[in-house]
Amino acid sequence: MTDLDDRPAEPDLPEPYLEIDPYEKNWMRVSIVLLVAFAAAITVAGFAAGFQLPGPESRVDPRTLLDTEPWKTPGVFEVAEGEYEAYVVAQAWSFSPLEIVVPVGADVTIYVTSSDLQHGFKITDTNINMMVLPGQVSKLEYTFDEVGEFPYLCTEYCGQGHAAMYGRVTVLSQADYDARTADTEATDASGSEG
Amino acid sequence: MTLVDPELQTAAKPPYQLSPQERKFIGWHMIVAIAALFVGSLFGPLQAFEFSGLNLYQYIEPVFKSYYQGLTLHGVLNALVWTTFFIVGFTNLVVIKGLGRPLSHPKINLVGFWVMLIGLLMAAAPLLLNQATVLYTFYPPLKASWAFYLGLTLVVVGSWIEGVGFYLSMIAWRRDNKGVRSPFIAMAGVVNAAMWQIATLGIAIEILTMLLPWSLGLTDATDPQLARTYFWFTGHPLVYFWLLPAYISWYGMLPKQAGGKLFSDSLARLSFWMFLIVSVPVGFHHQFTDPGVPVVWKWIHAVLTYSVFFPSMLTAFTVIASLEYAARRRGGTGIIGWVRALPWNDPSVTSQLLAGILFMFGGVSGLTNASYNLNLVVHNTAWVPGHFHLTVATAVTMSFMGISYWLVPHITGKKLWNPKLAVAQAWVWFVGMIVFSNAMHMLGLLGAPRRTPLGEALYVPEEWEGHLLRVSIGGAILLVSLLMYVLVMLKTAIGPKADPADVPEVPIAESMRHPQLTPTWLDRFKPWLIVAGLLVVLSYGPQLVDQILNMDLNSPGTNFRPW
Ligand code: HEM
Ligand SMILES: [Cu+2]
Ligand SMILES: [Cu+2]
Repeated sequence: MTDLDDRPAEPDLPEPYLEIDPYEKNWMRVSIVLLVAFAAAITVAGFAAGFQLPGPESRVDPRTLLDTEPWKTPGVFEVAEGEYEAYVVAQAWSFSPLEIVVPVGADVTIYVTSSDLQHGFKITDTNINMMVLPGQVSKLEYTFDEVGEFPYLCTEYCGQGHAAMYGRVTVLSQADYDARTADTEATDASGSEG
Repeated sequence: MTLVDPELQTAAKPPYQLSPQERKFIGWHMIVAIAALFVGSLFGPLQAFEFSGLNLYQYIEPVFKSYYQGLTLHGVLNALVWTTFFIVGFTNLVVIKGLGRPLSHPKINLVGFWVMLIGLLMAAAPLLLNQATVLYTFYPPLKASWAFYLGLTLVVVGSWIEGVGFYLSMIAWRRDNKGVRSPFIAMAGVVNAAMWQIATLGIAIEILTMLLPWSLGLTDATDPQLARTYFWFTGHPLVYFWLLPAYISWYGMLPKQAGGKLFSDSLARLSFWMFLIVSVPVGFHHQFTDPGVPVVWKWIHAVLTYSVFFPSMLTAFTVIASLEYAARRRGGTGIIGWVRALPWNDPSVTSQLLAGILFMFGGVSGLTNASYNLNLVVHNTAWVPGHFHLTVATAVTMSFMGISYWLVPHITGKKLWNPKLAVAQAWVWFVGMIVFSNAMHMLGLLGAPRRTPLGEALYVPEEWEGHLLRVSIGGAILLVSLLMYVLVMLKTAIGPKADPADVPEVPIAESMRHPQLTPTWLDRFKPWLIVAGLLVVLSYGPQLVDQILNMDLNSPGTNFRPW
């Protein structure tokens, strides 16, 4: 406060102090309580309620991606009873595969990467929403408990064909799924014969 | 030397009046800013119309090649050019008027302005030639022409140079006025410039070390994840760089315009210092769905983001309290009824009040974005542009429009042309934005992606259609408001010189308590700058070092031009 000494004017001013209006003090308290509550809520959701976000999974070289397994043959694979892994490559301007077919109740771990530009991958009506960057693998897991079609859209601008870039997850009832599997096996077999 | 009491002398001294050169200099910032807003915003309605299937791009095809080229111009001209030029011009004004004397080194600011302008022209060329259709976030490996990156860099560097002009003026003033509180609006302007300087290091490094060498063919490829981290280091504080000048007006000018005083000088300063320290260390909240950022850092930035909410709450209280005080002095009564007593016939006041009202909704949707679990629902959907058209395109833009309703007459020495039309302009923007932004939020919740010409997308389900139509209707209303604004500005600028008594003064609000009673720690730059630097290092250091050490320049992009 010594600074003030070279200010002879207004000698009647009291020492400076932080004065906060009582209403404003309460408002500040409420704000802090709210913020702490919000922060606690996301913390609980994030670390206790099994909520997931994409995080470092693995890295790839986009220049050789399409010659490397599993990205060479993207698709969905059953890895254990009811558990699936889907590998999706985003490339200007389509996803491959264009369709992921699973039976209802399937627990699918989805891995996506890009061989060229940045893309987005969001499955409508689910919590699957991730950035897709060349060089990085994005991963999230989801259990499809409902029969139906869930389009996945590219949600990041990637050039002229961006609006045409989408595919879909088709969730079938177990019976339909089994019938379809039998069908594809049959065509595969007849295909190799002919 | 003199026998007159120095205090009486200052009291008797009329406020410093801007010199003709200063008026002109600020005026040039405004011309560039408003021209950018005009051209940039024209694409907004085109986008909005496209959503419901009215594709007007075919008519402008000879010049503008695509929805995306238009969207790039819309983002760059509005979010980067309109804001930056307006803010730097306005900061010149608040520093000069706040300190009550000319800038200490006006030549520095002149150089800064020219660098910004040259940068703008340099970036404009490839933008107009469709060689930089990379949107205003320019994520690699979308590769724009080098001129675009260099131009943007010059705009930023120019703003730094002007910033230096502000710091030196503030330092000189403080040297000459030891022990006196620096005037609030000048201090706040300088805080914003300093925050901007720290924040823009991110894109400066991104462009100079990665994008420019790559676009010049010196390197082959980029690391898109690291580029995003650099970008959002700047990208989030960017929004506070836009917002703080509006806050300067809400705290330091609007109360005067409304006939009142600033409720608390101390808390106004406190909130600016808090913005200085917490604006930067929160950028990962834009990267919640990025694959290459550890979840724990996302969480840390999410929590820090909530702390930015605190100074916003302080602002809400102080600004509303100042306005209530003004309104009651004007005879307003009732718990909320006093609002009616505010001078709603003043276009500058109306525009800023409406800006503040919609900003509350923008704040709510912003909190949603910042919760990293809810973010998964809305990330990269139409919700996000729905959100920031309430913030930057309304809270900020309408405040700046409101400021320009006294500023342009002030620096040109004219009367505002047709104030009634200006009041209507503000209301039309307000209504249009409610329609537009509500529909965008809804579309986002239904899963509609952003940055997408939804009118041509093949996956659009029927249930989106009503909302898409409302986007178009909102866009049409906003277009009308935009044209009204530009008309009022043009007619004011070319109108006849007015009687000086009719030319608006720069409104500078007194505070209720004498600013000398504000504690000194709220008027010191050094400690706050140190804390800001420390927080940046703590919140970004480990991740940045990690990402830089593990940098892999393996993404060349496409071997054809993707747009
Ligand atoms: C006439 C009023 C306006 C209308 C109708 C309008 C409309 C739109 C629409 C429909 C989009 C979304 C496009 C998409 O995601 O595909 C958009 C994006 C955007 N708008 Fe506006 N806008 C207007 C004014 C403004 C203003 C004044 C600003 C800023 C000051 C602004 C800043 C932006 C930005 C930054 C984007 C994002 C661009 C991107 O995703 O790269 N807009 N606008
Ligand atoms: Cu895309
Ligand atoms: Cu942000």
